[in-house]
Amino acid sequence: MYYQPEIETASREEILKIQNEKIVKQVRHVYDNVKYYRDLMDKKGVKPEDIKSVDDIKKLPFLTKADLRDAYPYGLLGTDLKNCVRIQSTSGTTGKRVVAFYTQKDIDLWEECCARAIVAVGGTNEDVCQVCYGYGLFTGGMGLNGGSHKVGCLTLPMSSGNTERQIQFMMDLNATILCCTPSYAAYIGESLAEAGYKPEDNKLKAGIFGAEPWTEEMRRSIEKSLGIKAYDIYGLTETSGPGVAFECEAQAGMHINEDHFYAEIIDPDTGEVLPEGEKGELVFTSLDKEAFPLLRYRTRDICVLTREKCSCGRTHVKMSKPMGRSDDMMIIRGVNVFPSQIETVLLNEKYPPNYQIVVDRVNNSDTLDIYVEITQELFSDKVSDTQAREKALEATMRTMLGIGPKVHLVPPKTITRSEGKAVRVIDKRKLHD
Amino acid sequence: MAVKQLSVFLENKSGKLIDAVKTLADNKINIRAMSIADTKDFGILRLIVSDAEKAKTALSDQVLCAVTDVIAVEMKDEAGALCGILDVLNKANINIEYMYAFTASTANGAYVVLRVDDNSVAESVLKKNGIATLNNDELQKM
Ligand SMILES: [Zn+2]
Repeated sequence: MYYQPEIETASREEILKIQNEKIVKQVRHVYDNVKYYRDLMDKKGVKPEDIKSVDDIKKLPFLTKADLRDAYPYGLLGTDLKNCVRIQSTSGTTGKRVVAFYTQKDIDLWEECCARAIVAVGGTNEDVCQVCYGYGLFTGGMGLNGGSHKVGCLTLPMSSGNTERQIQFMMDLNATILCCTPSYAAYIGESLAEAGYKPEDNKLKAGIFGAEPWTEEMRRSIEKSLGIKAYDIYGLTETSGPGVAFECEAQAGMHINEDHFYAEIIDPDTGEVLPEGEKGELVFTSLDKEAFPLLRYRTRDICVLTREKCSCGRTHVKMSKPMGRSDDMMIIRGVNVFPSQIETVLLNEKYPPNYQIVVDRVNNSDTLDIYVEITQELFSDKVSDTQAREKALEATMRTMLGIGPKVHLVPPKTITRSEGKAVRVIDKRKLHD
Repeated sequence: MAVKQLSVFLENKSGKLIDAVKTLADNKINIRAMSIADTKDFGILRLIVSDAEKAKTALSDQVLCAVTDVIAVEMKDEAGALCGILDVLNKANINIEYMYAFTASTANGAYVVLRVDDNSVAESVLKKNGIATLNNDELQKM
């Protein structure tokens, strides 16, 4: 089922035609209204008339998180504030928070994207959609709430937290679709089991989970504990919110809403556009946004795009689950490794997220050493226990990373911290180069 | 009766051991016996002290430590004494994770500390064979 079948299954030629028309208008809109970006274009010597089709997007300058900080709060605004009806914001965990502006049209298009995601997992006006993403400044709750309304689902605007109440509403009001972060879905699953419910006791059929990285193992475990199909959704406040891309029944990559967002994969070091199928940094150009029209925004998410025909019938390009962040990607023995992958393993194995990664080159071969702080719970007076723990972590890491690290368990508080934050990666290879 | 052993997880860096031992001295905790097991990266210091719980409290801000129950056996300070004890445990299929010995100015004079998986099983086997194990009180009175 599709929410907007004509566009979701349009031919490649039709999609391209729409994108080409939109980009010409959008670049003109941005150049005329956003001084910050006009200056960047002028500096690069690009004029709006140079952009005749999406092929010309590569001529445009990039926008980064740093630009958003510099231009905070109004510098990237594409229209008068009197035309804007809402602000959404990021959690601001890294540096200054991002504030994004929306006109009513921006919100409608965003909610349509979320509606496509809900219909893609089987949602109809007969469904009861429980949204337990946070409501408010965070885009998760508002986006899925709007999408659920558009589809005509009976919407339960639960917001996050208060798991006991979540479960009560879920069971009493027969929720069929669950929208939240994957970790919260896993937690709800555990709580249901603790309350004595079996997976088949609830009426849920599908879940739309995003806003944080999760693994295939986590998907299978959530599916089992809730008795549902679990689907991924992608988005970021800078481009609108969730719904930029969503998973379909194939559960193999997320369709990007290409009529609204043009996606590129670039080499994070050179900025060069990479061919389809290659792994690199995801860059988005919004084709319709009025209030916050970012062109060539570098997401820092590393992923792969594919236009392979999808069994669901949708024709929009698919992106893989982000594999990590471009700003902390390491290439070790030719393999891309992200600290986030290492952290995921540690947390899954009940270790604290206090670790340090040391990359070095010994005899022309890269070495990867991971130092992990041991906790009181994991400490044993037996040497063999600690060594067995190190070996077990090494084996799990090897499976996850594709290369074998050496794991060292170290006492608590021994990992160097600067300004209270642990220094995650030390790459000593740079000293040798 | 098992006795309490203090186990300390240490980084293999110079100074770490001295710091820990100094804290014990500052808190008037007497070290009766000790052994260190170390690997390339870390070491585990095992101590029989006058008051294991007090020692743990004193050290807890500084190092990762735990109190573990181990068995302490008194033996004659003479050749072959240890052999008899190990033989008994071996025949009962009791695996020893680690052990260390110490002496004191008591009647028999020699003691061995044994770390096994199940203290009560090991103790009953020893007892059946006429080998007594120490308790914490006896240890503190030394
Ligand atoms: Zn599909």
